[in-house]
Amino acid sequence: MTTTVERTYTSDEMMSVAAARALTGGQRVFVGIGLPSTAANLARRTHADDLVLIYESGTLGSKPTRLPASIGDGILADTADAVISVPEVFNYWLQPGRIDVGFLGAAQLDKFGNINTTVIGTDYADPKVRLPGAGGAPEIAANCHEVYVVVRQSKRSFVDQVDFITSFGHGRGKGEREELGLPGAGPTLVITDLGVMRPDPDTAELVLTQIHEGVTVDQVKEATGWDLKVAAELTTTPPPTEAELTALRELKAAK
Amino acid sequence: MAEITSLRDAVAQLVHDGDTVALEGFTHLIPHAAGQEIIRQRRTDLTLVRMTPDIVYDQLIGAGCARKLVFSWGGNPGVGSLHRFRDAVQNSWPVPLEIEEHSHAGMANRYVAGASGLPFAVLRGYRGTDLPRHTDTIKTITCPFTGEELAAVPAINPDVSIIHAQRADRAGNVQMWGLVGVQKEAVLAAKRSLVTVEEVVDELTPVPGQVILPSWAVTAVAEVPGGAHPSYASGYSERDNEYYAYWDSIGRERDSFRAWLDEKVFGVEVAR
Repeated sequence: MTTTVERTYTSDEMMSVAAARALTGGQRVFVGIGLPSTAANLARRTHADDLVLIYESGTLGSKPTRLPASIGDGILADTADAVISVPEVFNYWLQPGRIDVGFLGAAQLDKFGNINTTVIGTDYADPKVRLPGAGGAPEIAANCHEVYVVVRQSKRSFVDQVDFITSFGHGRGKGEREELGLPGAGPTLVITDLGVMRPDPDTAELVLTQIHEGVTVDQVKEATGWDLKVAAELTTTPPPTEAELTALRELKAAK
Repeated sequence: MAEITSLRDAVAQLVHDGDTVALEGFTHLIPHAAGQEIIRQRRTDLTLVRMTPDIVYDQLIGAGCARKLVFSWGGNPGVGSLHRFRDAVQNSWPVPLEIEEHSHAGMANRYVAGASGLPFAVLRGYRGTDLPRHTDTIKTITCPFTGEELAAVPAINPDVSIIHAQRADRAGNVQMWGLVGVQKEAVLAAKRSLVTVEEVVDELTPVPGQVILPSWAVTAVAEVPGGAHPSYASGYSERDNEYYAYWDSIGRERDSFRAWLDEKVFGVEVAR
């Protein structure tokens, strides 16, 4: 790889742009705070202005003009098509399968897309690190038509098997979701600061299908805690366009 | 009919050692002043219930008021970890903290069952997760009509629920709007309830999207302007995002937290 060309964007910006590109117009997206919210709002600003953003605090169709500081940021309610109670969010909108994409982050993710946001360490009663817990994620991962995960990639966060399944991905392989009667397809896309992974259609194991420009396969493997398989037809993510970068930076700067 | 009283008297009368207490408010309208008054009155052995035990419960847990926490997401929203909560779970400081952990969908439905006078709620939840292995209040039930296996979770019926709202009238009818979370359910599920409000007014002017809790469904109302801070009350205040970041520096160490408690809670004699 050549390093003579200086990049004008960060790997985090590449991740947000790649995640935003995954969303298409008109989709109804259940948005987690942080990286997913940044990407979803960027998509609204660039190619998908009719994206329907749903936040678990009780907003349908939020159109914030800046990034919300939390899921309870007043701007989400002030710009929403409807503001609803929390029981209604989960019972009327999420559970019956009205949401296309669940857009989640993760503290720990494994090779079958299972997500851990509960504890690090295998003893639940005496954890190495106590994480915030489930929030809305278990039912988002179960009931949305599909799940996109956006997360920074490292050996620590990308593990062979999560310490605790907070949100079920594909269990230990193909067919487990169907056996459990989970309505949605589960994680179909994992976007990181290095590349993109998708579940293998036969095994449901996450496979590297795309690397961001300037990133090598070895780099991605080095940042993965299992023996990451690489798709036969590996593609490269086009770098962020000027328009994408400008929109992202304006979004982040807006108060 | 709701009695209009002071925050200090309301907490003294309604919150007892050993009670199950729910302070609700989903990122908006969080009753922080009431939480600090519970600390000031040195309640202990509480079972604290809350979907998102953020700063308000980090303070109560760090002060040693709680024996148990029933919850679904324990973080500092938009910032990171709750250090007092982590210290209690990982190191039993200042007292051991038992936890009962759910998902948001499960907790919301537990309140709905409580408000509905039902013993439990049914949802399509928790499937494939490790939560049921550690939380014995998650069971399965077979639908008698379709045969589908569903999750069952028991009703939450707190001894006392506390919420913050924008307004009440002099008769004690409560009005709130904006993100209303699970507060109505929490109040209706509880044996006793306290609503702190930004102001008590002669007449409740209708507001789009409002939720009204009639006076006869509420035990006590206390006027506490700014009682949600650093959370906010739509129409009255903005969320103090800087305070959430600042709390990380206070809550991170036991000493800084103790100093905060002494100055900002115990050092303030009378509740606002």
